[in-house]
Amino acid sequence: MFLRLVYESFRRQKRSKLLAGFAITLGVGVATAMIAVATDIGDKINRELRSYGANLIVTPQEDTLDLEIGGVNLKPPSDGAFLNEADLPKIKGMYWRNNILGFAPMLPANVSLGPSGNSQTVTLLGTYFSKTLTLGTQTFVTGVRVTHPWWKVHGAWPGDDSQDVLLGEKLADRLGSQVGSQIDVSGHPHRISGFLSTGGPEDNQIVAPLPLAQQILGKPGAVRRIYVSALTKPEDAFARRDPKSMSGTTYDRWYCSPYAQSIAYQLQEAIPHSHAEQIRQVAQNEGAVLASIEGLMMLVTLGALLASALAVSAAMAIAIFERRGEVGLMRALGAGNLSVAAIFFAEATLLALVGGAVGFSGGTLLARRIGHSIFNSQITIQPVLLPLILAIAVVVTFAGSAAAIRRAVNFDPVYALRGDA
Amino acid sequence: MIAHTPPFMDNKLTSRRSSAPHTSMFLRMLMRAAVLRRGRAASALLAMVVAAAVATAMLTLYVDVQAKLRKEFRNYGANVVVIAKDGRTLPPDSQRTVQTALSGRGLAVPFAYIVARTAQGQPIVVAGTDLEEARKLNSWWSVTSWPGATHDALVGIRAMPVVSSDGKAFDLSFNQRSIHLIPSASLKTGSAEDSRIYLSLSDFEAWTGVQPSAIEIRAPGSPQQINALVAKLTDDLPAAEVRAVRQIVEGEARVLGKTRSTLLASAVLIILTAALCVLSTLSGWVLDRRRDFAIMKALGASERMIAGFFAAEAALLGAVGAIFGFVIGVGVAIWIGRINFHAAVLPRLSVLPTVVLGSVGVALMSAALPIFLLRRVQPAMILKGE
Repeated sequence: MFLRLVYESFRRQKRSKLLAGFAITLGVGVATAMIAVATDIGDKINRELRSYGANLIVTPQEDTLDLEIGGVNLKPPSDGAFLNEADLPKIKGMYWRNNILGFAPMLPANVSLGPSGNSQTVTLLGTYFSKTLTLGTQTFVTGVRVTHPWWKVHGAWPGDDSQDVLLGEKLADRLGSQVGSQIDVSGHPHRISGFLSTGGPEDNQIVAPLPLAQQILGKPGAVRRIYVSALTKPEDAFARRDPKSMSGTTYDRWYCSPYAQSIAYQLQEAIPHSHAEQIRQVAQNEGAVLASIEGLMMLVTLGALLASALAVSAAMAIAIFERRGEVGLMRALGAGNLSVAAIFFAEATLLALVGGAVGFSGGTLLARRIGHSIFNSQITIQPVLLPLILAIAVVVTFAGSAAAIRRAVNFDPVYALRGDA
Repeated sequence: MIAHTPPFMDNKLTSRRSSAPHTSMFLRMLMRAAVLRRGRAASALLAMVVAAAVATAMLTLYVDVQAKLRKEFRNYGANVVVIAKDGRTLPPDSQRTVQTALSGRGLAVPFAYIVARTAQGQPIVVAGTDLEEARKLNSWWSVTSWPGATHDALVGIRAMPVVSSDGKAFDLSFNQRSIHLIPSASLKTGSAEDSRIYLSLSDFEAWTGVQPSAIEIRAPGSPQQINALVAKLTDDLPAAEVRAVRQIVEGEARVLGKTRSTLLASAVLIILTAALCVLSTLSGWVLDRRRDFAIMKALGASERMIAGFFAAEAALLGAVGAIFGFVIGVGVAIWIGRINFHAAVLPRLSVLPTVVLGSVGVALMSAALPIFLLRRVQPAMILKGE
């Protein structure tokens, strides 16, 4: 009898059930999408923050002091220590290799430009542009196009194995050079593949593939420093502790957390005779920005949950209110409050489960769309969320129905049947 | 909810109605509708208020979040730099020119650089700056304790072992003039600063006589305002090269843009849901009053008049709800600003018309559906209770 009542109710009142179901579906869909976006926003914004460039730098351990003013290096280029280019792929063999979005080695050299007798000295910076490296079986592409996304080239990026160079735009202005023409760098002609604009000291430099700089310096395989762009977790008190003073398990926990400090520590392990340090300007500010955006989205999600809960309860209240005549009939026939309420709750549960499931898949699609159109990447939803969302849907539907059901059963059957509502 | 006597059936009311103007009757009906069905009217109003509050909070946040996040992004330091051309120093009044252009908003910190020699003859970069201001500009500098006394030096972590491995005072020389410095603090940044020694500008100028060659500026505002500042400074300071730090400006624009888009998408979703909530509650309210509808019709009211009555009622509800909701929504936005950005979000009056119009629109839409449904029903059927 109970089942039949519920079944017939769904069969005969398709319109009102559809309306209530639609409200639940929409509410759950919005809630799912917002929860998915809020839980993923940290990761997405973290990646966007990488557009500030590298947050870690690796230098030779025994290096002499830098003599750099306004980006111009006054140190004799052959002075000091170097890192070994052959060690670079090892960065992708580290524990946190998946958090390393890219790295770019740098090797500055001083070169003379133009014909002898009328030459000027400028800095030539050797680096990777978009170089394919292999470690074991995996290959990956890295270089300044990943680590320095604000570098813009007018013309074309040179190939990493070519002899072409990029000319800083200020330098190009001074020299009056053309894209595609030749320039004499320390006596050898090189093709200018494009002009580089960075808003930094590189605007007055030549940027060239790494082998070219090594050849000019006469130091094959040498690298002065490496810029590393890594996804990190905001620093906390634990991150700042000295790994040497830690016990076994604490050390493991520290080592396996993607703090800038622990990634720097692992970079030091991966590259022999190196010293890795966070670039504090970039690394330290990420946390604050990330925290405030995450906090904002959390609060907004709370607002979304509240709005969808209200929408669901409003729809349920109306669906039940419309049926007070039916309640009156049941009560007139001798049904107790409990059995009337049981029928409504059973219906509500069914509606919540179906609406919740449909809403969850709709919300998943919505979140995916948002991720795609805003961040150009997938927002993934943990399937673990499904039972949680369904439970929330059932609870909210119950809560929304409870007041209306109480009113319906307390309503005098006589008035209900007369229609005096 | 016991059947009530509709107001216009009341004897006293009928007599009064004959003398009262038409509008007062209309208002009376509105009032009675609200008072007699307090519970339903209250829940409809509540839905309206909540929806309007949510919409106000979201729109206010959307408008304000840019300004709030920009403040966080200012912690990245200078976004504009002024550098003297060809390795010379800046004209003496440059700092004042920059300050005038900034007109009190933002920060401008001068930097002077030389290469000095240690007692062992090793070259080292020494910088002079306004340490107080540099501290504000570069909040990420990790400094053991900011020096205050004269001849105190802030020594980069890599420069420290070169000049004073045991923390003792040391001498530096520049152009045959030497200075005796106390390494009172160490500095760590992970960049070029680690290899330098920083002095207060007064110590630096007294020792070397060299003027600042760079000014680092933290300018507030949007990319357009920053570009305008760069253009203005380029005109005012012909001896210098002025440029925006693209790394900072572009990174900020990108993250801000994405955040705002996400917030907009969320705002649209939330406002839609809230509107749906209003739609169902209000439709229920109107549908619930089909007996009033039937009586009016039975008494000979035209359909247009009835529709007008319900529409006016819904519009009034929408407007009242929107105004209460606006106040609450502003409160919520301020609260969010306090706990998330540690700064008050300002109420935006420009949001008010949007919220009111939107609320009234949704309310009218909610009334339209049941009116449309009820039009086809015979009054007798409703009054009979079917």
